[in-house]
Amino acid sequence: MNAPAAPLLQVRNLRVEFPTRRGTLLAVDDVSFDIAPGEVLGVVGESGAGKSLTGNAIIGLLEPPGRIAAGQVLLEGERIDNLPYERMRRIRGAKIGAIFQDPLTSLNPLYTVGRQIVETIQTHLPLSAQAARERALDLLKQVGIPAAEQRIDHYPHQFSGGMRQRVVIALALCAGPRLIVADEPTTALDVSIQAQIIALLKRLCREHGTAVMLVTHDMGVIAETADRVAVMYAGRIAEIGPVRDVIKSAAHPYTRGLMGSIPSMGVRSARLVQIDGAMPRLTEIPRGCAFNARCTEAGERCFRERPELMAAGATRAACWRHDTGGVGAVRTKEAAHA
Amino acid sequence: MPDGGTLPLVRLSALKRHFDVSPPWLVRALEGKPRQIVQAVDGIDIEIAKGETFSLVGESGCGKSTVARLVVGLYPPTAGKIEFDGNDMSQSRGRAEMAALRRRMQMIFQDPFASLNPRWRVFDIVAEPIRAFGLAKDAADLEQRVGDLLRQVRLTPADGRKFPHEFSGGQRQRISIARALASQPEFLVCDEPTSALDVSVQAQILNLMMDLQRRFGLTYLFISHNLAVVFHISTRVGVMYLGRLVEVAPTDTLFRRPKHPYTRMLLDTIPDLDMTGRQRAPVAGEVPSPIDPPTGCAFHPRCPFANERCSRERPKPVESEGGTVACHAIEEGRLPVEERSYAVRG
Ligand SMILES: Nc1ncnc2c1ncn2[C@@H]1O[C@H](COP(=O)(O)OP(=O)(O)OP(=O)(O)O)[C@@H](O)[C@H]1O
Ligand SMILES: Nc1ncnc2c1ncn2[C@@H]1O[C@H](COP(=O)(O)OP(=O)(O)OP(=O)(O)O)[C@@H](O)[C@H]1O
Ligand code: SF4
Ligand code: SF4
Ligand SMILES: [Mg+2]
Ligand SMILES: [Mg+2]
Repeated sequence: MNAPAAPLLQVRNLRVEFPTRRGTLLAVDDVSFDIAPGEVLGVVGESGAGKSLTGNAIIGLLEPPGRIAAGQVLLEGERIDNLPYERMRRIRGAKIGAIFQDPLTSLNPLYTVGRQIVETIQTHLPLSAQAARERALDLLKQVGIPAAEQRIDHYPHQFSGGMRQRVVIALALCAGPRLIVADEPTTALDVSIQAQIIALLKRLCREHGTAVMLVTHDMGVIAETADRVAVMYAGRIAEIGPVRDVIKSAAHPYTRGLMGSIPSMGVRSARLVQIDGAMPRLTEIPRGCAFNARCTEAGERCFRERPELMAAGATRAACWRHDTGGVGAVRTKEAAHA
Repeated sequence: MPDGGTLPLVRLSALKRHFDVSPPWLVRALEGKPRQIVQAVDGIDIEIAKGETFSLVGESGCGKSTVARLVVGLYPPTAGKIEFDGNDMSQSRGRAEMAALRRRMQMIFQDPFASLNPRWRVFDIVAEPIRAFGLAKDAADLEQRVGDLLRQVRLTPADGRKFPHEFSGGQRQRISIARALASQPEFLVCDEPTSALDVSVQAQILNLMMDLQRRFGLTYLFISHNLAVVFHISTRVGVMYLGRLVEVAPTDTLFRRPKHPYTRMLLDTIPDLDMTGRQRAPVAGEVPSPIDPPTGCAFHPRCPFANERCSRERPKPVESEGGTVACHAIEEGRLPVEERSYAVRG
């Protein structure tokens, strides 16, 4: 990465809320990050931590009653979080390519995949039907659909799970976007197709300066693709930093637990390492650090004060252990609940 | 192999499933195009013993989900036989008898979004199999059971009041796991059950599955792209290529002494988490189309050991180290076994 290019995407103090009958649910809380042109930011974290909602807020597709309650999103220096629906829709097609976690929601079951890709291409690029079909075929080949010439005229249900996912990736790339927000783009793919998709994303970054926000649970994909990683927990960023440092020498206890849970090929055991307990419900985020009930390194301060991101070696982590004041007196779990 | 003498819980014999994906006949007639048939599953034999975890691995589109759907009866086979606990599943039988068999097997789908009814509350989604099979004594018992199931998958009983769209992708996957466990099945078909989950929840769910297996003797057919997960959870592994099984072996044997050239390539693709800079090798060559599969051994256009016989004659599975391999080179003894080891991550 040649720093410091002006960021392509800036997210500033983003806050996403869901008003519900059981009170306001704070799903994304004060999240800030930048992505430079040509950079891949990996986003990992606990299931339900707010990764997809952060992505959806950026591309302007939060489902009501979810809403951006505070903060800003800037694309190439311009705010895009407060645009009228129609303008945002056009930006989304032309400048932002969205790959959703659920491939079926992006595909219409009644049309062949070829027709859907050709229509999307023609909405955003001035191409003839013939040229658009050629581009569609080329995209399908790039994402590794075998026998693309035949497959292009098939319907989504005639594809396997992983093939559908690749069609969605092809759709997102139609107009040559500046920013790609990819939510679990490779989960349904086997490792060798994964490698192909990763190579494709990296080539776009290198050759066209495309920026990528890559949400995934797959640490292998992160290790190979991302330049930096943000780790999310209970609606906040727990740690953010260069990929190597986050994977090899994480500063936040949650990140370390996460890395430790990855099944290793070395030894087979009756149980996998897990972080005990569960992430708190978003309506019941505890006082202090949201990870305190599961953290083996918590001290008295962790139950009182909430840590913000702070310098922690090569990364930034929201953990009192990296503050000069420390975590305070260490309490046992029993004492904490008393 | 299943223990000598005892009947396998599930037996698939010469199982085939083809799909007709031809354009409408009028278009075909006008343009003179031939029929297009996808040979999604093209003759496979599998026996799964009670209490074991049999995993299927292989490239996207090789037919894993189709096998899963055949086994639980969502697709009828084009040819071949499926037996469950000695019952031939293609034979017609009374509704009560069918329901009793159905209760004993459940499936967790690859796509958790499509398999949950969006208009039902989570409580009712999980309670449905319990109600359908009359497993709860009364309303309080039902409440108790649903609450326990939700807790087992790291959700809370209070989540039962919500609708599926109020959950994240991984949370929805866990709802479908709770639902699959609700009817206390003996046999569970899991199609990518943890791929939507972060590694810490994934570890919790896999540990839960292994616990249930130890306590109640559950049997699993498990499908995953994640070879490290497969390595941990499986008793035996079957490798599929283009609708066929190319190798079946006990887990340790498969990962330490892979025999089939495709299995070896597949193991080369395991991602490098230690960031040693090792380039993972994607399986070389173009993925062939199941509409028009290569002759002979379907792997021959990509296989470095292919010869003339391979392009002509389809290799048959032969016994090897507690499993089977379908490869001429192995059968002819011209491909030596290679030992593999894996770094233990500290
Ligand atoms: N429509 C909604 N109504 C209420 N709560 C919601 C809604 N959509 C999401 N949530 C909640 O917001 C939280 C964050 O959801 P999000 O989908 O962003 O999680 P995620 O990090 O992408 O998780 P996963 O890895 O499981 O996909 C979840 O706890 C979820 O329950
Ligand atoms: N209903 C259907 N109609 C037509 N073709 C189908 C149908 N279902 C599956 N196929 C085809 O059968 C082949 C095998 O599909 P299947 O879904 O079993 O693959 P898979 O191994 O599960 O792949 P993935 O890992 O991508 O989920 C694919 O070529 C697919 O396009
Ligand atoms: S702030 Fe305290 S509870 Fe939170 S992660 Fe750090 S040590 Fe653990
Ligand atoms: S049968 Fe021939 S082509 Fe097929 S895997 Fe063996 S050596 Fe390769
Ligand atoms: Mg998500
Ligand atoms: Mg599948």
